[in-house]
Amino acid sequence: MKEHLNCGALLESLSEYVDGVLGDALCKEIESHIADCDDCRVVVDTLKKTIYLYHKTSEETQIPIDVRERLFHRLDLGNFTQKKKQA
Amino acid sequence: MEEESQQGFSLELLRSGDRAEIARLVDAHSTKIYRLGLKMLANPQDAEDVLQNTFLKAIQALPKFEGRSNIATWLYRIAVNESLMLIRRRKPEFDFASKIEGDEDDELLLTQFSDWCCLPESELVSSEAQNYLDKAIQELSEKLRVVFILRDIEKLSITETSEALNISEAAVKTRLLRARLQLREMLSKYYGERLDAEKIE
Repeated sequence: MKEHLNCGALLESLSEYVDGVLGDALCKEIESHIADCDDCRVVVDTLKKTIYLYHKTSEETQIPIDVRERLFHRLDLGNFTQKKKQA
Repeated sequence: MEEESQQGFSLELLRSGDRAEIARLVDAHSTKIYRLGLKMLANPQDAEDVLQNTFLKAIQALPKFEGRSNIATWLYRIAVNESLMLIRRRKPEFDFASKIEGDEDDELLLTQFSDWCCLPESELVSSEAQNYLDKAIQELSEKLRVVFILRDIEKLSITETSEALNISEAAVKTRLLRARLQLREMLSKYYGERLDAEKIE
């Protein structure tokens, strides 16, 4: 099948595509385009990986215990500092 | 009378200043707000200031919270404003308008095509790589950075992000695409070098 989509058009729909919210027809067009266009395939793959890496590495960030304690004191919630459930 | 609640919190108790309910609310959201502050300002002390000011203001405003928006989105909105205020205070000479202008009109630029996805996970998330990720996000304009943080790090929906920032959904989408592409470019340069080094070895 001949490709209808050019690289510029792909770029405009890229976010929706990697978020999985693009309509079926456009999705198929993008998939057939990246099967033939290596640069666009790399852009799609590395973009997905970029988003994944930021989410994954940030997930591990928890509020430090001393920061939480100071927050509770500042908010006059000192009596409740013991109630923290294990994360 | 039906009791008003949101995400398991009683709005009546929160509005009346119930300390235990407020403590529960703070515990449920403090990590997210702290993380937002860290990503926006790249400094633990500033992140702590954002955290404290956000909840101080939220507690003050709770009696008037109508519950029309989601309580998490509402807290994010306060935290974003606190972060931006702190950034402005840190850089008073900074001309925001000029930095902000152009963000959405700039041509989308793709210059990096190295396929670094195959690098081992240990290398992708090494502590050096994580430092680079933090540095790269600081290179984005505040306007793009905040959209990326809310949408891709905190996983808010497009609608929630637009509510938290008080901008249209179309603006969220435009800024998100730009933020994502700019970060992809920067990460591709960084990981591309690692990939080349691996090939040489």
